[in-house]
This record gives sequence, C-alpha cells and structure tokens, in this order.
Amino acid sequence: MTATRLSSGGSSIDRSRPVSFSFDGRKLQGFEGDTIASALLASDVAVVGRSFKYHRPRGIWGAGVEEPNALVDVGGSVARTPNTRATTELVLDGMIAKSVNASPNAAVDRNAFIDRFSRFIPAAFYYKTFMWPDWHLFEPRIRAVAGLGEVDARWQSPAAAADQINRHCDVLVVGAGPAGLAAAKLAASAGQSVILVDDQHEPGGSLNHRTGEIDGRPATAWAAETIGALSATGHTVLPSTTAFGIYDHNLVGLNQRHGDGRPDTLWRVRPRRIVLATGAIERPLPFANNDLPGIMSADAALVYLRRFAVLVGRRVVVATNNDSAYEVARALAEAGADVTLVDSRKDGTPAVPEGVSLTAGRRVAAARGKMRVEGAVLDEGTLLDADCLVVSGGWTPTIHLFCQARGKLAWSEAQAAFLPGDPVEGMAVAGAAAGAVSLSGVFESAAKAMPGATAAPRSTGVEATGGILAAWPIPDARGRVWIDYQNDVTAKDVELAARENFISVEHLKRYTTLGMATDQGKTSNLVGLALMGAVTGRTVPEVGTTTYRPPFTPVPLASFAGARGGELMSPVRRLPLENVHRARGAVFQEYGGWLRPAHYGGADADADCAIQDEAGRARQSVALFDGSTLGKIEVMGPKAAEFVDFIYYNTMSTLKPGRCRYGFMLSENGVVFDDGILVRLDEYRFVVSCSSSHVASVHARLEEWRQDRFGRDAVYVHNATSEMATLTVSGPNAKKLLATLGLGLSLDDADLPHMAMAEGMFATDPVRVARVSFTGDRSYEVSIRADRAEPLWARMHEAGMAFDAVTIGLEALMILRAEKGYIVIGKDTDGTTLPHDLGVDGPRAKRKGEYVGRRSLFTDVAMPGNRQQLVGLAVARGEEPLATGANAISREGGKLRSQGFVTSSYHSPTMGRPIALGLIERGAARHGEAVDIQHLGMVRRATITGPCAFDPSGERLNA
Amino acid sequence: MQLFHCPFCGTRDETEFHFGGEAGNIRPDGADVPADRWANYLYMRDNPKGAVREVWVHMNCGEFFVMERDSVGHEVVSSTSLDGAGHAR
Amino acid sequence: MTRRYSAFSLIKEGLTGQKGWQPAWRSPEPKKTYDAVIIGGGGHGLATAYYLAKTHGIASIAVLEKGWIGGGNTGRNTTVVRSNYYYPESVAIYGLAHRLYEGLSKELNYNVMLSKRGMVSLCHSTGELEIGARTVNAMQINGVDAEMFSVDDVRRVAPLLNLASDARFPVFGGVWQGRAGTARHDAVAWGYARAAGALGVDIIQNCEVTDFIVEGGRCRGVHTSRGTIRTDRIGMAVAGHSSVLAAKAGFRLPINSYALQACVSEPVKPVLDTVVLSPGTGVYVSQSDKGEIVIGGALDRVPSYGQRGNLPTLEGVISGLLEMFPAFGQLKLMRQWAGIVDVVPDSSPIIGESPLPGLFLNCGWGTGGFKAIPAGGVLLAHLLATGKHHDISRPFDLDRFATGRLLDEAAGSGIAH
Repeated sequence: MTATRLSSGGSSIDRSRPVSFSFDGRKLQGFEGDTIASALLASDVAVVGRSFKYHRPRGIWGAGVEEPNALVDVGGSVARTPNTRATTELVLDGMIAKSVNASPNAAVDRNAFIDRFSRFIPAAFYYKTFMWPDWHLFEPRIRAVAGLGEVDARWQSPAAAADQINRHCDVLVVGAGPAGLAAAKLAASAGQSVILVDDQHEPGGSLNHRTGEIDGRPATAWAAETIGALSATGHTVLPSTTAFGIYDHNLVGLNQRHGDGRPDTLWRVRPRRIVLATGAIERPLPFANNDLPGIMSADAALVYLRRFAVLVGRRVVVATNNDSAYEVARALAEAGADVTLVDSRKDGTPAVPEGVSLTAGRRVAAARGKMRVEGAVLDEGTLLDADCLVVSGGWTPTIHLFCQARGKLAWSEAQAAFLPGDPVEGMAVAGAAAGAVSLSGVFESAAKAMPGATAAPRSTGVEATGGILAAWPIPDARGRVWIDYQNDVTAKDVELAARENFISVEHLKRYTTLGMATDQGKTSNLVGLALMGAVTGRTVPEVGTTTYRPPFTPVPLASFAGARGGELMSPVRRLPLENVHRARGAVFQEYGGWLRPAHYGGADADADCAIQDEAGRARQSVALFDGSTLGKIEVMGPKAAEFVDFIYYNTMSTLKPGRCRYGFMLSENGVVFDDGILVRLDEYRFVVSCSSSHVASVHARLEEWRQDRFGRDAVYVHNATSEMATLTVSGPNAKKLLATLGLGLSLDDADLPHMAMAEGMFATDPVRVARVSFTGDRSYEVSIRADRAEPLWARMHEAGMAFDAVTIGLEALMILRAEKGYIVIGKDTDGTTLPHDLGVDGPRAKRKGEYVGRRSLFTDVAMPGNRQQLVGLAVARGEEPLATGANAISREGGKLRSQGFVTSSYHSPTMGRPIALGLIERGAARHGEAVDIQHLGMVRRATITGPCAFDPSGERLNA
Repeated sequence: MQLFHCPFCGTRDETEFHFGGEAGNIRPDGADVPADRWANYLYMRDNPKGAVREVWVHMNCGEFFVMERDSVGHEVVSSTSLDGAGHAR
Repeated sequence: MTRRYSAFSLIKEGLTGQKGWQPAWRSPEPKKTYDAVIIGGGGHGLATAYYLAKTHGIASIAVLEKGWIGGGNTGRNTTVVRSNYYYPESVAIYGLAHRLYEGLSKELNYNVMLSKRGMVSLCHSTGELEIGARTVNAMQINGVDAEMFSVDDVRRVAPLLNLASDARFPVFGGVWQGRAGTARHDAVAWGYARAAGALGVDIIQNCEVTDFIVEGGRCRGVHTSRGTIRTDRIGMAVAGHSSVLAAKAGFRLPINSYALQACVSEPVKPVLDTVVLSPGTGVYVSQSDKGEIVIGGALDRVPSYGQRGNLPTLEGVISGLLEMFPAFGQLKLMRQWAGIVDVVPDSSPIIGESPLPGLFLNCGWGTGGFKAIPAGGVLLAHLLATGKHHDISRPFDLDRFATGRLLDEAAGSGIAH
C-alpha cells in the first residue's frame, strides 16, 4: 500500500492546524479533525494492532464504532485510556498511542509465533487440555498473553468527577444521519422538544461522505443547515454521544465524550418517544485471509477519502455483493487509484463507473500477503495485484437498542439482514436501521417514525440502490476465513462448534467467543450465525440471534460512577455538635453509619490509654456524653398504647405518663431487632428511643404496622431523631452537676426517680430530662433542640469543672455498659438471638396480647435447649482481655465444635481486670463452668459468669 | 430505572421506593397458630412470573401502598393506597 | 464412547483439521418414560444427572432444559468458588462442593479452569475485624482454610486496592481463603453435560415443562413442550424459576426472585490476581483469564424475572468498584447482564422432597449457586436415587421454615441485620 494523504480535500480536517502524536513510539503528524485511524492511514501505518488469540497483525477495518481491530491505549496529553477505538477517537497534539496486545509493538510482536500453532489451538481448545497436572501451572502464561490494553497502576483519577445529567424530552433521536436529521426536523417543526445524539464527532452520518441532494441542496449543506436550525431553536444536539442502552420504561443512557480532557458525561434521558436512526454497519466478505491489514470496509474507504482526504491505496480491488460499493469504486478511481471491482453478482449490477474495470459473477477466494495485503485471488484462480482490498459484504442494520428494548426482529431474505419486527411502544426505527436504502426510502421511514408530522425532506439527487446477493461463509471452504476479527474466530471454529453440538446461537457465542470482544460482534455476529445455519441445515432466523445487551459500545466506568465516590458514597450521618467535639480533640470513627467521637485526645498509639482514662474517670465523679444519635421516634394517637404493646415484646401500655421502660422490639421471626427505652409523655404520646444505627429501620417498621394494621387515624408516627440533641450526664455526681444548670425542674429522687422523665427549660428552650442509664451509674439524658445544644453542652462542661467531669467517647461508654452486662444489639446479639436468650423470658411466658414476633418464640428452634445465651466471661486478673470474636470450643468425638463466641471484651479500669460478654450454648445454666476459648489457633480458659460484672445489685443507679 | 407511581406523590424513580412484600399476606395472630400456617405467613410466597400485586413504600413520603405490575416486562398497572386496597394484616 | 480430551488428542486433531471431534453431548428426542427426570439443564441439573448415572448407576435419565443448557444462572454468574462459611452445616455442603471442584477437570475430562487464586473479604473497621475474627475462628474450628489478613497481607494480594486511611471504606484487614477462586462457568455446565451424556443421559434442550402429572397424590411425570414424559422420580433445579414450577405442582416456596446483575470491563493485561469482596461497597471483583474485570454487587431492589441489567444498581456497583480500585477508572464497561436468583429468607439452599411426593427440590441458592454445583448434584442425586436425605442435605430441607431451624449465614456470622 501506500495509503496517502491527498493534497486537497477532506471535509473533516483543518489543514491549518497540524497535530503531532506518537504511535508505538513513532512520531507522526495529522491534522485537527483527524481520528487516530485517519491519521495513521495518512501516514501509511498498515499494522495497528494484534488480534486477541493468535496475535495476527491487523489493520484498520472501519471508520466508526464497529471497528474490531484498531484498538490503542492512549495517554500523553489526554487521559490515559486503554482499548480506545482509533476510528472514533480524535487525534490530539501530544497524544501517545500504543497498540494493544503487542510487545514490543504491533509491527513486531514476540507472541506472533502463536499463530503458527493455530491448527492445534482452535476454538475452545482450552477446555480440552491443561488438565494435567493442574490448570494452575498453565494459567499465568495464558493470562499474560490474553488481555488487550494495559492498566496504568499509577493512574490518578481526575479531580472532577464525571457529570451525570437527567433530562426529559418529547423526542430522543439516536443517530444524526439523514433519517435522524429528518426525524428531528419533523419533530421540531411539530413543536416537540428534541434531543438529537450522534456517536460521531461530526453529525451527518452517511451524508458526510455519500453523494446526495436534499430539497435541492447538497446533502452536506442540508445536514449542516438542519443541525444549525435545531440548535438555534433550543433543541439539544449532542455529537460524540453514544446512546449505549435502553432500560426499563424507555430510559435511555447516553455517554458524551468531550475531547478536551474532561471526563465523559452520562445522560439519563426519559423521552416520550424514541426514534432509532442508528444506521447500518457494513459486513466483511468471507474469504481466506480476509483479516490481512489493508483489507477494509468499502464504506470506510470512502469516509477516509472524502472526510480525511486519505486515499487508502493505489491499486485497489473493490469486492462486493451489493450496489453500495460502486460509489466507492468511482470515488477511489476519481482520486487516482487503479480500481478493479469484483462483484459476486452476475446480473443486475449497476453501471460500471468510469475508470473502473469490473469482474462480475466472481468472488474473492483469498487474499495474498503477510503483514499487509498484496493481492486478491478470485474463485476461478485469477490473481489481482492490489495494495488495498476494500470489501462490502452487505449491511447489518444497527438494531441493538431496539432489541435491548425487547423489540423482536424479522428476517429479510431480500436484504439478507434482520430488520426491526413488530413495533415497540414509544419507539420507532427509521432509515438504514429499518432497512431503508435510498434517501427517499430513508425520509419515508423518518416520516413514519414521526406520525402526524408533515413536510418531510425530499431527495432531489441520485438515489442509492441496494441489490444484494448474500455472501455467507461456505462450509468447508479452504483457508482461514475470519469471522470475528478481534477474538480470532474463523469459519472453521464455527464448524467445529457445530460438530460438537454447540449449535444454539448462545452456545456458539460462548464456545467460540464469537461476538464477545470489545466490538461485541458488530461486524461478525450475523456472518457467524449464517454459517452456523448453513452447517446445521437451518435458516438464519431459525438459528436466531444472541441477546443484545448494553452497552452498545464500551462506556467508561467513571461515567457510571459520577460524583458518587468518596464522602458522597453512603454518606455518614453527623452530630450537630461535631465541630465542638473536634475542638475538644475528639477522634472520630464511623459507627453504624454515624460519625461519632470514639474518644477525646490520644492519637492512634495512645487511643487505648485515652479510652481507659475516660472509662475509669467516668465512674469516679461525672461523665458527659453526646448521645444525640439515639433514636427519638414519637408515637401518638388514640391507639398509641395499643400500638406500642404490639410493637414491643414487653407490655408497655401499663407504663405511667412521665415514666420510662426498657424493652425489646422483635422481628416477626422472633429475633431481637432492637432494644431501648420507651418514654410515655402522656396518655396518648410515647417516645421510642432506639439504637443509633436502627433509627431508619425502626421508623419504617413502625410506619408499616401503623398503616397496615392499625390505620392512619389510630396512631401517628414521627421521627424526631435529627431534631433533638441528647446530652448525657452520668456518674455519682451527675445530679449535682445537673442541679447547677437551672433547668427548672425538681431533681429530687422522689420527683425524678430512676426510669422517670421530666420537662424543664434551659434558658428559653424546653428540655426533656430522662433519668435512664446505659452506664449503670445515676444518669440523666437531656434532650434539647439540636440547634440549641451547643450552649447547653458548653454549660455542662463549665459546671463540670468543679466535679472533675470527663467527656467520654463511644469506646469508653462501650466499656462502661459492658461492665454492667448491658448489650448492644448486633454486637452482643446476632440474627438468631431470641429475647429469652438474653434472659428476658417474662413476656414470652406470660403475655396474653399479640405482639410482633410472638408466634416465632414457640417454634421448635425457639425452645430452650442448646441455644446460645448471654453470659459474662471472666479471665484471671493480669491476663489480657479475650479477643472479641474468639470462639468457645468443645471436643466431641475428636472433633472441634464451636459453642459460641465472645461478643464484647475489654479491660475494665474500674475493676482492674478484663471483662467480656459472650453468647454461649446453655450459658445461663453454666455459670462457674470453665470453657476453652480459641482465637486464631490459640486456646485460653475462661469462666462463665453472669453478664453483669460491676455493681450487680444496681446501687449506683441511685448513688 | 423504572418509574413507579406513589398514590400520594405521583410518578417517581424506582430508587425512591422499597419493596414491602406480596399483598394479601394476612398475618395470623396468636401463640397457638399452627407452625405450618405461621411459616406460610412468614416465609412462603407466590412469587409469580407475570402479574404481581405487592406492597411498596414510597420512602420519601413514608406511605405504603399496593402496586400491581408485571414481574417480567415491568409494566406498572396500578397503584392504590392501603386504605383503598383494603389490605390489612 | 466419547473421545478423550487431552493435549495429545488436540495435536492429533490439529493435523487433520480438528474434524474428528464428536458432539459434546447428544440431542436425542425425548423418550416416553425415564427412571428419573431432572428439570433444569443448568449446572445443578446436569451435575445431578451425572452423579445419578455415575454414583447410583441409574440407567435411564433425562435432563429437560427449556432453553439451552447452562443458559441460566450457571452462565450468568461471576464464577467465584469458595467455601468460607460459618455454620458447620454450610461448611459441610459448600466444602463438599469445593473439594469436588478441585478434582472436577480430571473427573469430567473437561478443563473447568478452577483457579485457586484466593479470595479476600475486606474488613473496613475494628468492628468488622472483630466479626472477621469470629468467622475465621468458627471456620478454622470447622476445618475451613480461613485466615485473618493484615493490611499488608491485603496489599500483597491486591496491590491496586485503595488502602488509604482516609478512604471512604478504609481497609483494616481481611478474611482470606486461599483455596477460593474462580472457575470457567460455561465449562462446568458443558463438562457435566458431556460426562453425563457419555453415561447415557438424554439432554433435551428447548423442552419446557408445562405441567406435572399427579396420580394418587404422587408426581408421575411431566407434560412438556415436546410431549409427555412419565417417571416416578423428578428432580427440579431451576433456580429463579422454582416458584413458577412449584405453583404448577400446587405448593409455594419461601422464595422471592430477583435480578442479580454482573458486568465486565474490556479485557486488559493481568492487574488483579485474586478475588476481592468489600462489605462496605457490596462489590466483589476478580479478573477473568481473558482479562476482563468481572464485577458483581448487590441484588436489584425490585423483585423481577426480567433477565436484564438496569442503571441504578449498575451505577451503585461501579462507584463502589472505583472506590476500591481507583485505577479502574481508566476502564470501560463492556457488557452488562442479569440472572434471576432465588432468594430465600435465610439465604441457604433448599434440598429435599417437595410437598408433592416424588418431586425433589434443589433451589434457593440465591446469589451463590455456582460454587455449589457439584454438591447440589451429589445431594439431589442421592435423594432421587434413595428417596432419603444425604446427611449433608438434611439440615437444608424445606421443613426448616416451620421448625424455625434456619441457617442464616448473614445472621449467624454477625453481619448487622
């Protein structure tokens, strides 16, 4: 060959703006507007990559999204992207492109030897070997030669995340060729809002390179005017944008490329109507060695000539089975090439263009050449000298999106193609995608796609004609006829699949990997299944097609991710006083979705000291703790008492106003779902205090039972968690500290005993003071409007100075509550724990009324027997705490068996020894018994005790 | 992205909704419900392929409702508030 | 006699154009009666047929597949094989599967490409480390090759993983199973099909069961799109479609069917040599031998029988993946699909006789059926051959829903509920 850049012409390039780039280390020049492929062709680079399996040299086949061969890793001045299609990516100054799957480069690849063994490694050979001695010995080598591009391990994601845009419109038109432009124009003139997308940098489709005249204007001018008018009237025209998927309820996903270094943009478009004007893709012809570099789609050759002024060869054989290549032959001849046209049809061929010699009724049987095509051998043996072989095997309508929308296809024997069958609601297919050939036909289908619209454009020039003689691979043909270029699937592979009964089209695909490459078989699928039909005596529609799945072309992962990363991913919930805690040196951790102070002061190494100090001091005088994450869900209404009785395991309706009660909520399967305090404000109002991480799920459950069982009028549920901050004062001096705050309520134990609630005021704000305890010491939880919490917190600290108050984080609180044997749901329980496993059997034994989960407490499995029960686990003073997660073990018949596990374990500063809680089989009846506790292979002894290790009589609650 | 219809708020994206189970799964009350019947309520499902009738909650407004839809094609047929649907357990 | 696969036979065939191969399995017309019929030509169904013929010597067996074999979840999963389970009952069943997988290529004379590349489940907090320790301890006690991984260990097996301390889901360590890995999913179905076919099993594709024949309170056969077939033993292994067949047989199952999506990137040279699961993002990921990054995540939120992907779940999964592996932000998504999985309340399988005598169940594997295929086959075959449970399948009987003896791994292993 000798592809060359002509000295003039090229509608897409700007010759005043040269660009420099490199390919496989070679410095090359192109012009602004060039694709990487057109620039490579202009520099006569024939071998642009290596095939997946056999590492065959491959050249540029197409000029668009269908490209199977020309994949490059790009980088340099542009964002690093492996496996970029050279035919759709614009070349930019400073771009570094590297061929994929080739080392050191496409021209000289050290794995090229694999092709010499191809006869021994046909489709699916790997299922038949590598079994002895073990696949593991072969796998690393296989993996290394597989794969295409390379991931750059040092790659940094761009500072800006990909934009994601949601848009509604009346009509979304996919494809801005003649059909799409006509449909968009009709829709716009009917007053509809239009989004028009095209996957090419330059909209216009075939109008950009095929001859035509519309409404008396040259086709390219008409296209430009139509696009201009759409933009000017407020419609959205998106070039370089691929509609990659149609999802449920006709949501269309678009990926927009910017070409300026910005990440691509994902659009989610919800149109009232979709017009698919996605065109058609030219198929290769089946002949031996049809994968040689220099063998190219005829339409692509015309694209490169007219849009990029690249003449793909000097001595060109144009092989075809249909009319569409005649215009290509004429144009190539006019541009100065020697052109021989080989048409497999004997009769009915169009007029032979001037300067072109025609051989009719003949097929190309084989291509000659090693690293690039050197000639074509016809079926009767003639050898035609050629430096380029351009082929047209017919057109495959691009019906991917139609099929994604669950449209069914109909086979057209006349066009040798699948066309859209019965219409899909809200969607129309127009133009070549619907089988139209001439511009008149295209516009007719566009008019049908927009019913009611008038004044469709008219073709006023020469019309394209179709006329195809199907050219499918012939079974048992000589030589290697390539079907899927990228994945190296040949006709023989399809025949092998048939021989081995992989005749279902899905088996064919999976067994041979036909159509599973990055091009998803855009040029190969139909050819492969036609051959499968021929081999198995079935028609093409009998063979059927595989499922069309999104995306139509590969879409950057970053587009799907958008701005959902980092702190925006599952965002943590934050405390109203977060900044105040930070100022006090709090170290934060995430607990159950909340970001909370773990402890105050103490960097990583000193964290344990800080926690021990907080937990120790908390028992000595008074501790301050921000408990704002605790759920506060109000339940009110005439049937509120009945409602909480049903929701809770414990009877709650007997609670007196102003009093609090601890209880469990169960799931319907009887498992303890949450625990907490219920406060009765008055006869008809309660506040459900639930675990921090369960607020949303408890609220949802309350709502569900309320609406589904009790009715809207009976109860009302309101989640007030985020409205209120809850600040806890706990310890022997808690009452004294609280007394200095002047909350305007009596703290006398007769007025405010343990498990009672009172209302007061802090300055001008109402507060609710609940005397409940999670530490085992006298405690007061003071709740106040979240936005007024800061002065109260400050006041508490100020007052605390006199008492040597300590501010504690969650880790210290965990120690304090574990000393008391108070449980944390989900830590000291699991998804199988029933209430009586925690020692609360009363309601199960005695309650008469109905409650959530009740029946599940009486199944076989709920019967006391071998159930794991909550216990304390003691080890000797001076020993390290047990590991949380360590398992209690027993040996039965020489086999180890787990009897349960350590759920919480700490060193208690107050008691000066380790403490632990666990769930152990029949633990409640085994107090005093020693058990073996295994952690990562090491075994220790511990003694089973009651869960409460500190102040078992509970005197400190009132001290 | 499917579009569901909340009887209170109108048509919204599927991500605003949460599946609440098959409609008409009546809860048997009592500690003496036969084990099979309780298991039937708790675990057994029709799980039909095609037309389904389900309870959903629109998480934004918190309302539960009954939706009829197709579990294959995903067409939504109707949405009715729990009161209107007469669903109770 | 089925032709043996080997490097030698490939070379020999290579010299004669690979023309001597025979069908991997036959496609006979269905007979009127069989000793046993298995509904569902996925991995579980085909394995059942294989073990019925091989272990139990049953002569006349048919596998009825409504589409093409391996076309359901067997061909739609993310190919992970592991047995790092918490309960002894689960270890027994998945351990059986894992051991059989380890010898499967040789057993079937079909390379299923079991790649024991190890799997790490990440721990994102000290709390998760504690839960990790609890599961590792339980697994070690139950004989599973589980170990705790430090951050450095995690870095060693997955160098591209984001291990920054300020990551949204920082990595504190992980739970490792070295014998875990991946296998070539299609090959498992085809390998069993070929081996079963060689033992005389009739594999009948495009044969949809339309109803059951019930006589005298027992299942006596099936009506199909290809005629009526009589038999006294029917096994059913149809995953997400179990409820549909159960309804025809007159009973209900504790199953909801959901789409589970997966996707792959374009193929790239090796960058990830192990399987990584992040509980924080819910994403699991590995790299196929072909070079594709294979990505799985959570179930769709809407119950469905539609075998297709959608955007909301995909977007969540991909953003989770990029949180774990920022460098994968260079890559493009190549293909997206979905399978219909049979989700059971305790996420453990259901194996046993159905309420209709003569009809036996193998379903409820949910998102994890692929890894269990050999065990599902062995256990259902045992039931069909003997009418009785294998010791390993007994705890997985349908009766556990009435007794409450559920085997909820997530609940048991301390994952918050």
